[in-house]
Amino acid sequence: MTKRLSSARYWLGLASLLGGLLLWWVVARIANLPAFILPSPTDVWSRFLSAALDGSLLFNTGVTLVEILLGLFSGAGLATLLGYLIAKSRMLERVLSPYLVASQAVPLVAIAPLLVIWFGPGMFSKVLICALIVFFPVLVNTVVGVRAVPPALHDLMQSLHATRGQIIAKLEVPAALPVFLGGLRIGATLSVIGAVVGELVGSDQGLGFLINVGRGQYDTALVFVAMFTLIVLALCLYGAVAWAERKLLAWQEIVQQ
Amino acid sequence: MTEIPPILTVRNLTVVFPDNNDGLRALEDVSFEVCPQEFICVLGPSGSGKTTLLRVLAGLYSPTTGEVEFGNGRTPRIGMVFQQSNLMPWRTAIDNIMLPLELKNADRVTARARAQELIDLVGLTGFESALPRDLSGGMAQRVAIARALIHDPDLLLLDEPFGSLDALTRERMWMELSRIWQARQPALGSPGKTVVMVTHSIEESLLLADRVLVLTQRPGHIRLDLEVDLPRPRKEEMRYTTHFGKLAKKLKDAIG
Repeated sequence: MTKRLSSARYWLGLASLLGGLLLWWVVARIANLPAFILPSPTDVWSRFLSAALDGSLLFNTGVTLVEILLGLFSGAGLATLLGYLIAKSRMLERVLSPYLVASQAVPLVAIAPLLVIWFGPGMFSKVLICALIVFFPVLVNTVVGVRAVPPALHDLMQSLHATRGQIIAKLEVPAALPVFLGGLRIGATLSVIGAVVGELVGSDQGLGFLINVGRGQYDTALVFVAMFTLIVLALCLYGAVAWAERKLLAWQEIVQQ
Repeated sequence: MTEIPPILTVRNLTVVFPDNNDGLRALEDVSFEVCPQEFICVLGPSGSGKTTLLRVLAGLYSPTTGEVEFGNGRTPRIGMVFQQSNLMPWRTAIDNIMLPLELKNADRVTARARAQELIDLVGLTGFESALPRDLSGGMAQRVAIARALIHDPDLLLLDEPFGSLDALTRERMWMELSRIWQARQPALGSPGKTVVMVTHSIEESLLLADRVLVLTQRPGHIRLDLEVDLPRPRKEEMRYTTHFGKLAKKLKDAIG
């Protein structure tokens, strides 16, 4: 029953995608727009093949992926550490919260050029922008998750003379994990945006760079190829976190299908 | 019984919680002794500081004045059962029971075997790998009792463990706790357990305890220290005997 249902859902999703492609193709055909304004799906497909064959697509995707992963891990790692400390210390929260709130009030897109000026057009500025954009959602969810650990379970651990390390490993980490992973899921999607924003501002490699090149040369099909690759990257990252959630949080009531 | 040194001595215990005025006095000058293997019930209306007393014994609060002294001079191993079962929702029943041994880095195989013994003892055979969300209130509380027993605690502290259960389940749990307590006296090669249990039910205290301490309304102090000389094993039918009635009347009068 459920198997048939999920396979029906699968076919429905596929049909919807194909329908969208068809619509795009028809619109491009009827409107008869030049390819540099709206390339047809077939234009994009052949551009994809040429970019894939000359290795430029793979190389630039690799660059962006490395930036994303480095930014995601460093940003999320730092946010987790700081979030835990903030959750444990009201004083630290009071000292840091003006900066944290202010850092969120500044749109990252606005300071991205500044970061590129300061740290150069290389990979580092992208990793930094990526880490910054990932930082906040992970931090907030870590604080909320750790604070939400039931005090009664803390009492239990204390009555059993648990050490600090045991309380972290056996109580706080598993109890905060659902909320934390929710933050990481948001962070993973944002990290793609962060890396591309950085590349658009100034770089000589990466998918954002490909978009810039495509735009400059009226090679709009290339812009589409880069864009779709980014979508696939974001979906993969999101899927990886969602997969980890399903694995690690199997004890929870199954909420999502 | 007097020649056995007490396992627990509470002397002039006063607990004051800070508030905006001159502090909230939860307990006032409480003194009593507990002998090894004794089952003590602390009875009192809500707000009499019963839970506070238990939490001081568990080391979760420290006394404002007075002292709590353990017979052998060292911090005792504590097994605590709370008002709610307080299980970790991400752990299966047996993993929850194994937690206290895990914290002492005990051998996993031995720990598992002991947990299995306790699962059988509390009548949950077959539910080893059930998650807390799949257990009923009574079953969850039995897991909590098994968890409190696994590391062979010197002192078992029960904080209204059956308060959140329905009347029928509660009555069954009384008898089971009584049975477990007696079964563990010489069994499993461990010394009998000393139990301090907090309750607001006169019936519950008379069916389970050797001695009942009655706490007054806040600030709580001991108004009555009553020996329960009902024969063991206790049975629910004893509730309808005249002696039970007499003891209950005494407790009722002391609560006021």
